[in-house]
Order: sequence, then structure tokens, then C-alpha cells
Amino acid sequence: MVSTSFKPPSEVYGLKLLADHPTLDNYRKIMVDTLFSKWFLNSFIVAIITTLSVALFDTIVGYVIAKFSFVGKSIIFLFILSSLMIPTEMLIIPWYIMSTDLGWVDTYWGIMFPGVISAFGIFLMKQFMESIPDDLLDAARIDGLNEFKIFFQIAIPQVYPALSALCIFTFLGNWNAYLWPLIVIETEEMRTLPVGLAFFSGENQTYWEIVMAGATIAVVPLIIVFLIFQRHIIKGITLTGLK
Amino acid sequence: MASKNHSIVKKKTARFTLKQQKYIFVYTCLLIPLLFFISIRFLPTLYTFNIGFREWDILSEDKPFVGMDNYVTLFKDEVFRKSLVNTFIYVVFGVIGQLLCGLGVALLLQRINKFVGVFRAIYFIPYVTSIVAVSWVFKWILMNNGIVNDILMKLGFEAQLFLKSPDQAIYIIILTMIWQGLGFQMIIFLAGLENIPKMFYEAAEIDGANSWNKFIHITLPLLNPTIVFSAVIGSISFLQTFTQVQNMTQGGPLNSTISVVLYIYQLAFQHFDMGLASAATVLLFIIILIITIIQMKVLTKKFEY
Repeated sequence: MVSTSFKPPSEVYGLKLLADHPTLDNYRKIMVDTLFSKWFLNSFIVAIITTLSVALFDTIVGYVIAKFSFVGKSIIFLFILSSLMIPTEMLIIPWYIMSTDLGWVDTYWGIMFPGVISAFGIFLMKQFMESIPDDLLDAARIDGLNEFKIFFQIAIPQVYPALSALCIFTFLGNWNAYLWPLIVIETEEMRTLPVGLAFFSGENQTYWEIVMAGATIAVVPLIIVFLIFQRHIIKGITLTGLK
Repeated sequence: MASKNHSIVKKKTARFTLKQQKYIFVYTCLLIPLLFFISIRFLPTLYTFNIGFREWDILSEDKPFVGMDNYVTLFKDEVFRKSLVNTFIYVVFGVIGQLLCGLGVALLLQRINKFVGVFRAIYFIPYVTSIVAVSWVFKWILMNNGIVNDILMKLGFEAQLFLKSPDQAIYIIILTMIWQGLGFQMIIFLAGLENIPKMFYEAAEIDGANSWNKFIHITLPLLNPTIVFSAVIGSISFLQTFTQVQNMTQGGPLNSTISVVLYIYQLAFQHFDMGLASAATVLLFIIILIITIIQMKVLTKKFEY
């Protein structure tokens, strides 16, 4: 894929691994002649905001459920967990009708809203928050910190490994999200990378070298994320998978 | 004296508000997430059941209640039945293939001490890669005049139709999915293998067991929780097969690769028949639920020690 993305059109159908006349023309074409850079930006915005939102809400809910006793706690937790049983496919039609009624179609919020809080992440964070000793939190209370400060300054640093795993997976998941964005995006400008690439490939089947350049661009950020966070990703899978 | 009194009063009110503060904190934190789960997950689920009982034309105001009509229509619909059969093939071959490959690679990797990072990266990069990109790359190398056919012909074989063949396409899509998910499976199995205490193997060695016996009598039974986990996660993901099919074959040729989710998508967003599509999602939900429950029950009992 990567090698083809550097080939001029005349060499695309060869078995050669490297092009005789490597060129950056395909990249220039896809960045200049198409909306690819806009799609890249859209994906990036959606993935980053969703990740931040999931990180904030999931840790705070996980913390509250793990560390406080209050009326309705077990019901609330069961309710959140039970939403994991519902497959996304089942919700897509009501979401679509809702987005149409509320004017969310073709907006960033429309693409993001189903994913801004994740039940699975809440479960994961709750498991990890439980391991924080109560004495530590009480000590902070005696020192006069308010509950929000305790959460941000004492609790969060204790669960960094789990939190970073959650962030990485949320980012990857949203960067690659396809089914829902495909439905809620209408205009070419609002497409995210996977949707853009799918339409682009479908409409330009003959320009494989450009399609391959697009596929390469879509993959590069993920490979960078992977190489930087390799340890966290593998640890994260083990944590999230078998806990 | 007066100042001492003052400080006691202050402390008391502070302690009182501490408890109040906790409650305020708890419910403020829960407010938005609860509203989210109710409005984005729980109510839409009920709404889906409702739509499934109606004839739902997006253009007309009137959405008459038609009872089980949509479900009857679905079971009479040949394409839907085909999509059910295909989804069954996706799940069975996909999950078995994934378990075998994941376990195989994990067992091999366990014996390798050099270049562990390189191997991990090789198996792992497909997993983090965009499914759409991978689908198009596979489509490209499997074209009639693509790389794979080029190699086949150079080796003296006949060129194959691959994704254009009603017999081959579905298995090629399954292979793509197994290949892409291998990194995830591998990690799950490596973690499972690491949890097996070494002393079992040492004891077996003293008793003169060969590696096959060790695998059958120690590794497999003790790995059972991992296998169940992987099978459950795998079947749920193969039941939801969509992106690969939509990008590689769009369900064709002759509906030979259409999956339930792809058909739901076509019903809802190409034919705009929301009622029929919702009924189909309800059926998918029931199937997922049943399969998950059966797997949990059967697989956890089978090898229990």
C-alpha cells in the first residue's frame, strides 16, 4: 500500500515493490484536489474531543461509584452496565431520527454524541478506583481539600495507567468509527477520514495510486500512536480484556 | 475565649457541610452521565421496539401500528434469510479461525525471546489500522489483474475471481477480519497463557508427558476462561460485520456476502423503511443475547475442573 502510494499511474499494476520513478504526486493530488485534509481535521477534532469527554466523565462516574455510598448507587451502576448489552445497530435508527429532528445531522456534535460517555469505560475506571485506599482520600479531606480537588489531585494520578489505556482505545475507536458517521454525515466537507476514504475509493476505483495515498495518510497517525504507546496499548488490552 | 468559641462553631458547620458537600459532589457528577444514558441509550432502545411495530415512512406524518407485520415480512424476505445464513457463516468460521490463529500465534510467540517487539508490532499494526483502508487494500490486491493473481499465474495456477466469486468472497472477507483482529487475540491469549502456573508443566514433565499431552491436559483446560472470553467477544463482533462487507463487496456478488447489519443499513438508509429495519435490529439484538448466554453457560461448564 505504502509503496503504491509513491508510484506514478503507469506503474500501479506491477509486482515491483519499489517504483522505478517514485513520486509524491499522489499525495499532492489527494491533499490539494480533494477535501482529504479537511476530512483529516474532522476526524482529529471528533476523536480528540470524544476522548477528552470520555476521560472526564468515565473517571468521575467510576470514582463516585467506587468511593462513595449514596442512595440508588447499585441501581445506577446496574443501569449503566445494562446499556452495554444494547448493540449500537439497534440505536442507530432512533439516533438518526433524533439527529434529524434536532438539526444535528452534519455537525461535529451529531457525529460525536453517541460516544461522549462510555459505559465500558465507567466499569473499567470503577474497578481501578476501588484500589485507591480510603485513608488517602480522608487524609485529603482533613487537609481541607474540597471533593473536586480530591478527585483531580489525589484520585486521578492513582489510575493513570488505566486512564491512558482508556484514552488510547477511545481515540483509536473514534478515529476508525465508520457506521454512525456514514449515516449522520451528508456533505462532503463534514466527512471523517474513514467515510471520506470509502466514498473516495468508491467513486474513483481506477485511481488506485491515489486511493493508496489516502489509505496511507489514514493509517499514519495510528501507527504513530501505536509506536509511542505500544506498552500502554498491550497493557491496556490485558487490563480491559481480562479484568 | 470568644475566638475559641467561634472556631468550634466554624468547625461544626464545616463538618456538617462536608457530608453535604459529598452528596452535592456525587449527584453533580452523576447528573450529566445519567441524563446521557437515559436519553442516548435507554429511551432510543424503547423507541426501536416501537418503530419495529409500525409502518414507518420517513416522508409521511402517519406511522400506523402494524403489529408483527414487519417481522412476518422479514422472514418471508429471501435477502434477509440469506443475510442470516451469511451472518451465521461469519460467526462460525470467523470465531473458530480467530481462536485457532490467536492461540497458535500466542503459543509460538511464547517460545520466542528475540525480537518480541518486532513481532508484536507486525501482528498489532493491522489491529490499529482503519478497517476501511484495510478493506480497500485487500480489494486492490485481489483484483482480477491484481498482485495476488499475478503471483498465482507466475506460479502456474489459474487466476481466481476472489471477491467477484459468490463462492469465495465471503471467506475472503472472513480471512481479512481474522487477519485484522489477530493482534488483539494474540494479546488476550498471551495474557491467558502467562496466568498458567509453571509448576503444572514441571509436574507433567516429571510424569513424562510430551508437549501434545501437556497442551491437551494443562494448557487447554486452564485457558478455558480466556477461550470463553475470546469466543464471546469474537461472536459479538462477527455478528456485527459491516464495514468490511460494505467496502469490499457491498453485499454482492448475488448477495453472497450480505450481513444482517449491512441489510439493516440498506433497509433503513437506502430504502428508508425504518419499520422493517428496526424490526431487524430487534431480531439481531435477540440473537446476540441468546448466543452470549449460551456461550457463557456451555463453554464455562465444559472443561471445569
